[in-house]
Amino acid sequence: MPLTDDAPLLSLAGFSKSFAGFVALDRVDFTLRAGEIHALLGENGAGKSTLIKTMTGVVTRDAGTMRLNGAEIAPRSAEEAVKAGIATVYQEVNLAPNLSVAQNLFLGRQPTRFGLVREREMRRRAAALLTEFGLAIDVSSPLESYSVAIQHIVAIARAVDQSARVLILDEPTASLDAHEVEVLFAVLRQLQARGIGIVFVTHFLDQVYAICDRITVLRNGRLAGTAPIADLPRLDLVRLMLGRELSEATAKRPPHVESAARTPVATFAAFGKEGQVAPFDLTLRAGHVVGLAGLLGSGRTETVRLVFGAEKADCGTAEVDGRRVAIGSPREAMRLRFGYCPEERKTEGIVADLTVRENIVLALQAQRGALAPLPRREQDEIAAKFIRLLDIRPPDPERPIGLLSGGNQQKALLARWLATSPRLLILDEPTRGIDVGAHAEIIALIRSLCAEGMALLVVSSELEEIVTYADEVIVLRDRAHVARLSGDAVDVPAILAAIADAPSAPAARHA
Amino acid sequence: MIRSLARLMPVLATTAVFLAGFLLCSLVYPNFASMRVVMNLMTDNAFLGIVAVGMTFVIISGGIDLSVGSVIGFTTVFLALAIERWGVPPLMAFALILIICAAFGACMGAVIQYFELPAFIVTLAGMFLARGVSFLLSTESIPINADLYAHLSDHAIRFGTGARLTVPAMIMLAVVIGGMVLLHLTRFGANVYALGGSRAATALMGINVPRTTVLIYTLSSVLAGLSGIVFSLYTSSGYSLSAVGVELDAIAAVVIGGTLLSGGYGFVFGSFVGVLIQGLIQTYISFDGSLSSWWAKIATGLLLFAFIAFQQITLHLARRPARRSGRPSPPPPAAIAQGVARP
Repeated sequence: MPLTDDAPLLSLAGFSKSFAGFVALDRVDFTLRAGEIHALLGENGAGKSTLIKTMTGVVTRDAGTMRLNGAEIAPRSAEEAVKAGIATVYQEVNLAPNLSVAQNLFLGRQPTRFGLVREREMRRRAAALLTEFGLAIDVSSPLESYSVAIQHIVAIARAVDQSARVLILDEPTASLDAHEVEVLFAVLRQLQARGIGIVFVTHFLDQVYAICDRITVLRNGRLAGTAPIADLPRLDLVRLMLGRELSEATAKRPPHVESAARTPVATFAAFGKEGQVAPFDLTLRAGHVVGLAGLLGSGRTETVRLVFGAEKADCGTAEVDGRRVAIGSPREAMRLRFGYCPEERKTEGIVADLTVRENIVLALQAQRGALAPLPRREQDEIAAKFIRLLDIRPPDPERPIGLLSGGNQQKALLARWLATSPRLLILDEPTRGIDVGAHAEIIALIRSLCAEGMALLVVSSELEEIVTYADEVIVLRDRAHVARLSGDAVDVPAILAAIADAPSAPAARHA
Repeated sequence: MIRSLARLMPVLATTAVFLAGFLLCSLVYPNFASMRVVMNLMTDNAFLGIVAVGMTFVIISGGIDLSVGSVIGFTTVFLALAIERWGVPPLMAFALILIICAAFGACMGAVIQYFELPAFIVTLAGMFLARGVSFLLSTESIPINADLYAHLSDHAIRFGTGARLTVPAMIMLAVVIGGMVLLHLTRFGANVYALGGSRAATALMGINVPRTTVLIYTLSSVLAGLSGIVFSLYTSSGYSLSAVGVELDAIAAVVIGGTLLSGGYGFVFGSFVGVLIQGLIQTYISFDGSLSSWWAKIATGLLLFAFIAFQQITLHLARRPARRSGRPSPPPPAAIAQGVARP
């Protein structure tokens, strides 16, 4: 059947789904045209993930019909969806880390001869496929030996190569740096030209305007609106997503207090580790936020891991309260009342099967030791307090944390460390993979913690955000601290210049 | 390159340990180093080698199969009764028992998959069930006198002085080679590894996880049945108490062979060498004559422990260079998860 311009490639009508009484999707309609990049936007818990999962059959829908090229389809599993021509790349890389890159690309459809996989042919095709994506890597190495960004591109390459007519990308760019995003976008445009319909879920509005043709917004499980990109300016879009004006949290930057006046909580001198990050000096003061900016792999995470003792420094000294200390393990860092929310929420942060309450009290309990269990009543109080304070939704302390949306998981993780009343809190990409509204809340929280006199060390790729809360920004490049901006010098152009090593950078260099 | 070598390290180490052990035995007992000893090693451990191949698939997929020893016992009793009492022709009895075992394994796999139960519990139930049924059939040891049995135990490829490649050894070698081909060269084998790497991701990649799971346990049970046939050839009898605890020997062989109990990594060849190492210890003890046979268990226990420790070290080393290489890559999740969640 030839497609006219208006005939949708994929159309969904009346999709509904509820989980144990909680309505996640309420009669949502959605259409996707061939050769269209369609942004699917919404806050955490708006129903984006549920819509995708019901489309691909991972979750069975309660009601609704779906047509692909005019024919009704009802995939009951990801496998059936793929066969029907709907491929999905999820936010978290869903590939087998132990298999080679080539096996991951061709798992289930490896070229065979007499039932045997043609390993060499598979590797050749894998290399050719990845070349289209600008990747020249050894495809026989296990996937886990590559960075998250590369793993993501492999996942996309796999989905694209499965002769998909519809490609769903669930936050594909969350862990990619600017160059990798460009590479990805080039590929998406190429796919678009081939007539593939692409559903693009993201939190980066810049990217929406850079590449998408149409936008569909969900709010609280309902369709909030659909419009061509030209008809929906950014402010209207945000209004549609939030259903309210953005709080001032992300807008204005509070006046800076002279940083030298504050008492240092921890001072690091010539601290570093071979192969991780070059020796650096770092002073963390009470009521002071230090931001770490740089590209993916520039040494930001490595820096905070050293500070928290997750990685042992091989040179330099650390002083806490003027006394020399050795931070050889997270345990020792916790004894010094340091807290750390890692970047990889799913693998390093939350314990998905435990409840919100259990996740919140985890660090506090660890600090007290296994021999002094927290009484249940106290646990309930702590959980209730932080759920209220941080507005964790749904406000049910006994819900397994894995069922919460990303933003709420992040808040629960913050609560875990706040419960130990740390003096120094380290946040690694606290707003990654969560929606605009939750961004504002997390930023407001960072500010209020700072105002209460906590020292904060925050890693973030969101430069616009970093400048709103950081008193001092350290810029990293190639695993070294290359610039330090403080006070009024903290602004986006200056940080960008330092990252790019532009000669005009007004940055104070230090060794 | 270094990383793929690190991946092979456990198997290489196992092989090195076997060769060193063999050399040591040969130095102590001059007539140890002979084709005859090697061939007997294969014949005596053929049944274990066959189940170890099935166990390798199961463990790489992230599961475990505790039922194999009982399935071997059941098979020997069934064969003895079928051939001696019910008058079923031996070859027909072989076919029947393999079908029964396949159905048994498929059921366990289906229960594991569809009721989302841990393989440990399901196959533990299977272990009791199979052992119980074999007791129900007969509690005595039943000799098998069929002509085929006499013929098969005579049949062997001879090399010089008393060295015989017997039928059980041939079957084991065929199973090992077949297992290597299936695991390393087919789509099914890749799916087995993928399941061990990440079950959820494998499903999302569109792999038929239920089918793969059922097939894995079917394979394990069929190989246990085949092992039972070999065991009955080897002993020319059927006894409900035979092969008690063989599942644990098989798991030990698989782990000594470098397969990770948590799944995702391992080689059939490693399990084969693991079986040979256990056999070597037994042979040493029988050569010595004065040592209690329990020393075999003690030696196996020590080896197992040493290998697990060794695996952790090589895994650690294998992951280390990843972070030092040019491309940026995230820190290994395990390190921090432990540090933060359970300091």
